[in-house]
Amino acid sequence: MTTHRLHLGLFFTGVGPQLLWSQPDFAEHTHIDTFVQTVRTLERGLFDAFFLGEGLRVRENRGRVHDLDVAGRPDAITQLSALAAETERIGLVATQNTTYNFPFDLARRLASLDHVSGGRAGWNIVTTDNAWTGENFRYGGWLPHERRYERAAAFVEMARNLWGGNRVDTHGDLVDVAGSLGVAGNPVLFQAGDSPGGRDLAARFADAVFSANTDYDKAQAYAADLTTRLEAYGRTRDSLKILPGAQVVLGDTAKEAAEKADWIQREQTTGPRAIAFLEQYWNKDLSGYDPDGPLPDIEPAEGELDPSRGTISVEHRTGKLERIAEWRRLDLSIRELVLHVTPRHNTFVGTPGQVADEWARYVRTRAVDGFNLVPQLLPGSVEDIVDKLVPELQERGVYRTEYEGRTLREHMDLA
Amino acid sequence: MSIHLALEIDGAGSHPGARGGLPDTEAVAVAEAAGFALITINDSPLSPSPEAGVRASHLARRTRRIGLAPTLHPALTEPFHLATQLAALDHASQGRGAWVVGAENSAAAHATIGGKPLSDDALRREISDVIDVARLLWDSWEDDAVIRDVASGRFLDPDRVHHVNFTGERFSVVGPLITPRPPQGQLVVIAAADISDKSDVALVAAPTIDELAARAKQTNVPRVFAEVEVLLGEDRLAELDAREPWGEPARLRFAGDAEEFRALLATLDGIVDGVRLHPAVLEIDLPRLAVATRRGPVGGPTLRDTLGLPRPVNVFAGEP
Ligand SMILES: Cc1cc2nc3c(=O)[nH]c(=O)nc-3n(C[C@H](O)[C@H](O)[C@H](O)COP(=O)(O)O)c2cc1C
Repeated sequence: MTTHRLHLGLFFTGVGPQLLWSQPDFAEHTHIDTFVQTVRTLERGLFDAFFLGEGLRVRENRGRVHDLDVAGRPDAITQLSALAAETERIGLVATQNTTYNFPFDLARRLASLDHVSGGRAGWNIVTTDNAWTGENFRYGGWLPHERRYERAAAFVEMARNLWGGNRVDTHGDLVDVAGSLGVAGNPVLFQAGDSPGGRDLAARFADAVFSANTDYDKAQAYAADLTTRLEAYGRTRDSLKILPGAQVVLGDTAKEAAEKADWIQREQTTGPRAIAFLEQYWNKDLSGYDPDGPLPDIEPAEGELDPSRGTISVEHRTGKLERIAEWRRLDLSIRELVLHVTPRHNTFVGTPGQVADEWARYVRTRAVDGFNLVPQLLPGSVEDIVDKLVPELQERGVYRTEYEGRTLREHMDLA
Repeated sequence: MSIHLALEIDGAGSHPGARGGLPDTEAVAVAEAAGFALITINDSPLSPSPEAGVRASHLARRTRRIGLAPTLHPALTEPFHLATQLAALDHASQGRGAWVVGAENSAAAHATIGGKPLSDDALRREISDVIDVARLLWDSWEDDAVIRDVASGRFLDPDRVHHVNFTGERFSVVGPLITPRPPQGQLVVIAAADISDKSDVALVAAPTIDELAARAKQTNVPRVFAEVEVLLGEDRLAELDAREPWGEPARLRFAGDAEEFRALLATLDGIVDGVRLHPAVLEIDLPRLAVATRRGPVGGPTLRDTLGLPRPVNVFAGEP
C-alpha cells in the first residue's frame, strides 16, 4: 500500500479577522519583506505552495471602510512573480476570479507567472459574483449568480486551450475571445467554492480543491461527494487533491495549546468586532450597545445581509430574521453569541505530536490530501508550524523530507 | 553628464534584422551596473514574451537601484487591475515602479477581449481616463491610513481610506484600491508625448535633432526623454540591412562608435532630460552601451529620487 503524504499550503489571507495585528511583534502584513520572509520559511518547511487570496473591494461596514481587521493586499500575480525570484521550489498560487477578469489577459498573466517561476504557478479559481465588488470594474454586476459557474467553465476551458498552444475563437455571450498566446504554461488549477456548481467545476477541471470542509466527518462526506462527481467526468479520486482550509494552534502541552487557542479566538472576536458582526445583520448603528450585554433590543432593518464585508455563502444570504430570532433564544451576551456562532470548527489545537497524529489519520484514510493553513500570527504561526509540526509529520512518514521535484505539479503528485 | 538613461529590453532589438535577445535578468544586470535610471518592457497581448508586469515584478527582487517600467495598455484591461498591479510592483521594488502607458489599439489585440478598436479620439480619452483613475486609486489610501490603535481596536482610520467615485466615459470605479499607497506615492507615469500630457515623463520620437528640440520645447510634462535607436559599430549595419532593411526612422537613429555616441548624449543633454535607448541588437549593443556610457549605478533609492521628481501630495489628504 502506498502511504499517502500530506500536501501543505499557506493561505495568506491579507484581510479579515483571522490575522491578529495588536501584538507588538506583528510583522507588517503588507510589507514585501514580510512576504519574502514568510515564503522563505515555508520553503524551509518544504511546503507545496503559498496562496494569496483575492478580494477586489476593501471591506466595508454600513458604507464605511471596515476599520477593525487587517486590510491591504497586493495584486496576487504581481506579488507572486516577485516572490518567484526569492524562492526556488515552493508553488505560488493566485486566487483569481472568473467574473471580473478578461479570460485571455488572465490566462496570459498566469502563464507568465508559470514561466518566470519555472513551473510553480497555480490558479485558485473563484467566482466572486457580487455586484458590490463589480462597482470597481467596467462590467459591474453583469453576471447573474446562477450563470457565474457557466462562465467559469467556459473561461477555464478557454484558458487551458490557450496554454496548450491552441488558437481560440469563441464568440459566446459569456466568453468572447479570439487569439493565441505567445507563452505556454500549465498552472495547477485549484477550485474554492462549496455550492454544487462549484463542486462540479472542481470535478471537471481542477487538480485540487481548497475546501471549507475541515471537520473529519465533513471532510469524508465531501471526499465521497467529489468522488461521485469525478466519476461523471471519467476521473478518479486520485486525480484530485483535497486541501481544506485550517488553522493550527500549538503548545508544549495540551493545556497550554488550549489556553492559547482560547486567547486567539477572543482576540479575533474583540468587542468592537462583535458589534460590527451584528451590524451586518441589523444594518443599523449598534455602537451604543455593550458587547458584554444582551443582544440589541431594537428590530433589524429590512432587507437581506450586506455583502460588503466579503464573500457570504449562498445559504447565509437569506433568512436573517429567522437567524436573529434563534440567536435571541440563546440568551447570550453579544460577544458570547458571536463566539458561539463563529466556532473554531477548522482549528487544530494541541501539541505538535497530537496534531500530527490527527493529520496522519486524515491523510491515511484519504479524507483529505493536505491542508491549506491560515495563520493567526505573523510570523509566529508560520514558524511554529515549520519548526515544530513539520518534524512530527516527517517522523510519522506522512510528509516529505526533501523536495523531490521542481514544479508545483511534481510536488503535488499531479500528472 | 547628467542626462538620464532608459533602456528598452523587450525583443531582439530595434533593427528588424536583429536576432536573439537577452534574458531579462542579464539585460537588467548590465543596465543597472551601467547607471541606467530605468528599463522599459514593451508588450502587447499577442507578444511572444511573458506579460510585462509579471516580468517587471520578477526583476524587482533581482535588482536594487534601477527603475522598472512595464507597458500596460489602458484600452485592453480593467483600470482597477492595472492600478493594483502597478501598485504591487512599486511595493515589491520598494519604490522603483513606473508605467509606460501603452496605446495598443489593433483589431487583433481587441479581439482578445471581445472588443473593437477605438477611434483615435476615443483612445486618447480612454487613456486620459485610465491615467486619472490610476492616480486617484494610488492616492486612495493616505500614507498614514494604518493606525493599529490597540486601545480602540482599530487597524485603520476609515477617514484616511477613500472611495474615488470616478466616472469616465467608458467605465466607472468606486474604489478604494485594495492595496495601500505605493512607496513613491504614485508610480512614475511615462507616455509618448503625442498620446498624453498627463505623464511624469514624456517620450518624444523625432528623426532629427532639430525636430526633437522643437517637440521637446512644446511638451509640458515634468521630464522629457528622447527616443533613440542605437547601433554601436557601424560596420555591422550592412549585414543587418542585408537581412532586413532598417527602413525610414521615426525616431532619432544613431550608428557610430562610442566616442560619437557620447558626443550625441552631450548634445541631447541640453535639449531633453533623458533618452530611452533602443539598441539595434540588444545582445551586442547593450554591453557596448554599458562601456560607452561609463557610469556607476544611480543613487535612488526610489525612481522618483533618481529622476528628481517629487513624491506627489495626496489629493485626498485632509478630506473627510
Ligand atoms: C476555502 C475557500 C477559500 C476561498 N477564498 C476566496 C478568496 O480568496 N477570494 C474570493 O473572492 N472568494 C473566495 N472563496 C469563495 C468562492 O469563490 C465562492 O465565490 C464562494 O464560496 C461562493 O461560491 P459557492 O456558492 O460555490 O460557495 C473561497 C471559498 C472557499 C471555500
